[in-house]
Amino acid sequence: MKFAVIVFPGSNGDIDMFHAIKDELGEEVEYVPHTADSLAGFDGILLPGGFSYGDYLRTGAIARFSNVMGEVVKAANEGVPVLGVCNGFQILLEAGLLPGAMRRNRELAFICKPAQLVVENNKTMFTSGYEIGETITIPIAHGEGNYYCDEETMKLLKQNNQIVFTYDGENPNGSLEGIAGITNENGNVLGMMPHPERAVDKLLGSADGLKLFQSIVRNWRENHVVNA
Amino acid sequence: MSLMLEPSPEKIRSQRVYAEMGLSDEEFAMVENILGRTPNYTETGLFSVMWSEHCSYKNSKPVLKKFPVTGEKVLQGPGEGAGIVDIGDGQAVVFKIESHNHPSAIEPYQGAATGVGGIIRDVFSMGARPIAILNSLRFGELDNARVKYLFKEVVAGIAGYGNCIGIPTVGGEIQFDPSYEGNPLVNAMCVGLINHEDIQKGQARGVGNTVMYVGAKTGRDGIHGATFASEELTESSDENRPAVQVGDPFMEKLLLEACLELIHNDALVGIQDMGAAGLTSSSAEMASKAGSGIEMNLDLVPQRETGMTAYEMMLSESQERMLIVVKKGREQEITDLFSKYDLEAVAVGVVTEEKYLKLTHKGNVVANVPVDALAEDAPVYHKPSSEPQLYRDFQAMKIEVPNVVDFKETLINLLSQPTIASKEWVYNQYDYMVRTSTVVAPGSDAAVVRIRETNKALAMTTDCNSRYLYLDPEVGGKIAVAEAARNIVCSGAEPLAVTDNLNFGNPERPEIFWQIEKAADGISEACRQLSTPVIGGNVSLYNETNGEAIYPTPVIGMVGLVHDLSHITTQEFKNSGDLIYVIGETKEEFGGSELQKMIEGKIYGQSPSIDLEIEQQRQKQLLLAIQSGYVASAHDVAEGGLAVALSEALFGTENLGARVIVENEAITELFSETQSRFVVSVSPENREAFERMVQDSYCIGEVNNNGVLTISHKQDGLVIDASVQELEAAWRGAIPCLLN
Repeated sequence: MKFAVIVFPGSNGDIDMFHAIKDELGEEVEYVPHTADSLAGFDGILLPGGFSYGDYLRTGAIARFSNVMGEVVKAANEGVPVLGVCNGFQILLEAGLLPGAMRRNRELAFICKPAQLVVENNKTMFTSGYEIGETITIPIAHGEGNYYCDEETMKLLKQNNQIVFTYDGENPNGSLEGIAGITNENGNVLGMMPHPERAVDKLLGSADGLKLFQSIVRNWRENHVVNA
Repeated sequence: MSLMLEPSPEKIRSQRVYAEMGLSDEEFAMVENILGRTPNYTETGLFSVMWSEHCSYKNSKPVLKKFPVTGEKVLQGPGEGAGIVDIGDGQAVVFKIESHNHPSAIEPYQGAATGVGGIIRDVFSMGARPIAILNSLRFGELDNARVKYLFKEVVAGIAGYGNCIGIPTVGGEIQFDPSYEGNPLVNAMCVGLINHEDIQKGQARGVGNTVMYVGAKTGRDGIHGATFASEELTESSDENRPAVQVGDPFMEKLLLEACLELIHNDALVGIQDMGAAGLTSSSAEMASKAGSGIEMNLDLVPQRETGMTAYEMMLSESQERMLIVVKKGREQEITDLFSKYDLEAVAVGVVTEEKYLKLTHKGNVVANVPVDALAEDAPVYHKPSSEPQLYRDFQAMKIEVPNVVDFKETLINLLSQPTIASKEWVYNQYDYMVRTSTVVAPGSDAAVVRIRETNKALAMTTDCNSRYLYLDPEVGGKIAVAEAARNIVCSGAEPLAVTDNLNFGNPERPEIFWQIEKAADGISEACRQLSTPVIGGNVSLYNETNGEAIYPTPVIGMVGLVHDLSHITTQEFKNSGDLIYVIGETKEEFGGSELQKMIEGKIYGQSPSIDLEIEQQRQKQLLLAIQSGYVASAHDVAEGGLAVALSEALFGTENLGARVIVENEAITELFSETQSRFVVSVSPENREAFERMVQDSYCIGEVNNNGVLTISHKQDGLVIDASVQELEAAWRGAIPCLLN
């Protein structure tokens, strides 16, 4: 399976994402600049964390107009797995691939620490390797992770089982219903504030994020074998 | 737009305009002598910034000469953007510390943010990839609104810059003392990695080569920042707010990536950050170092504002800019490279044979001065120095053991002192994990960052207990270096080298200059003994508010090499049943201690003593024991003494406790700040091997799993019986509580 790590000006989680895929997952991965015209040949798309365009104006608001984003939307609509982490999640919201919006953290300060997450839905291509209700440790590092949506949207998120991760115990940023990650209705686009690519090596504290990437690969392989 | 007419040379002389820019009468006469004429306004500006203490070290040069600066692994000592030390496998570590004290006192968010931005540029201008940031901060007591504001904004500024650019802030230290109330200290350190063949120099070599300006446009921010940094703060310092620069970390991220691509292009001849004194210092220093000159056309300098004068452009300290020299005829390649990152790279001048900095603007020559005169020939002052009466008084005082009645309450109070308390509130605002290489996060003795594709890592720390220096600058200077090395050793690394940031008061006062000299003596001796040369640093003088100096604060930044990832050790106890050792005996030493300050509200007397030979021996033995796998945890005994160190070793563990027995006088055993001591834990099967290897080690107890710290005295029985939860709550809650 071949992954694309999209690099926007100001991305800074791109290197971490790249190494997680290459060194820990052992799959193919390439950096793709924001100017790219095509994502042909990639089986999975990763939007990394960082401060695209300095997060000036509003997080992700400028990045969504990048040249490559048209291709990301196209791929998402074709069912290609798309994972947006942190700033990547914010960009997916701005691009309309996921519902809702992001506000500044409740305490109005950046927060970086390991967070405990509950796997709310393990029937997605991103989470099938986890147990339902399992608690995992994945770090967070963001200033705007306070997820918000209107009541109607929340109803739909619940109805369609789109809430994938919530914070266990203390809600670090004030996000609605403790939401840490959601998918689109089709389940092939996941946005999450915690950084699974930072939790792939026990040496750095946790390897709980590895299963997320492994799930993507396993589901992709199964689909591929069936389709072949 | 500035419509003010610049004064003529005659007026500069007769009305002493140069004095407002920071030049003395004697210095102005020297400038006239060098030029053979009276300088014009722009030229006077060039000399005033380049001859400021911040750029020329004119007051500190004689002191800086004391430092040992060479060593077999040193690839680059002081003089370039940052120092470089070999770490084997064709790689090297690049690091430097720098202050942004005065800007942070006036405009704390931007002052701190641009301090971080500046030190990062110093490291990547050497060709290195920045991999970590540390800091060292000093504030007044957290009991008034102004100090709380400064503290919160400085932390937010460091976070705002470092988090955005994507370099982890992995460590640092903070102390709170009244002497810093009006003049906080903000020192930032950056550590980078480089392959030997990529090392760059800031030199303008090759007559006819092109001088290019890259990065952000020049605005009117930060004009005369270096001069402002070389004066005392007063009540009217707020008027200097325009001398504080504004940072743009996004711009710097682009500049960083572009420059790291640039170093692999053989068209590049030299590169230097436009830091303090911006375009002036970068051009004059690059030319001076190469023995050449530079001619620049200021019309070509990218400008953010209209109507800027030559003076304003040359003295602006706008951020995120670099000056580079490239081979003649290769300019377009460079412009293309930078345009990929949406950055400007503009040819603004040429390297000349004549060793002059010649500037033209709107068709006129606006400055023509010898580069060496700017960069090298600033006067050097041997300021008068005299031992203050206060020091003699402190030395004459007899050692007193403070009176402690309730040991548990005292411990809880100590753990709640902001200098000792958990700094989580601070470092949880820093992205300390980005780049996914931070093995030991902030909060342990030293931070540890792995080096990808090797089995090695770098340990790094900043340290300085300025209270000891206030009592005795020489001994305090030794202790600062020794403590930094202790932290490095506790993490399982071999200390490599030092970068220092000398923060002091006004050097024109003899008792302050005496502090500087004595501290430098102490630092030098310790660096020699511990084989950690000083490879670069920064001097920040005039840290006074309305005539009151800060404590002498020479911050030591140290980097060490972890030879094998398996050596990495942290301060927390690991397993129930492990034996607890103290390395080093404890003496009655309370001068400058946290206990003295807490009980008496002031510090006085003699600072703790230190024997550097014993220090070195213990560090060597402990490091060997760690590398041999005999040590489960290691922590240095610092502020607050043994009881605090034991508590810290229990915090963050899974309900571990400790039972400890002390033999000598309990107040001293628990709270004295005797140096060269460590608390380590060792599993029982390693007991004999450890004791054989580490001579001055005493087994004082055992780790258990009951979540309680009990300390007993051999004769007097139980002195502390406290749940770790209770201690930890006090320690974690102190700073958030003070800020609410």
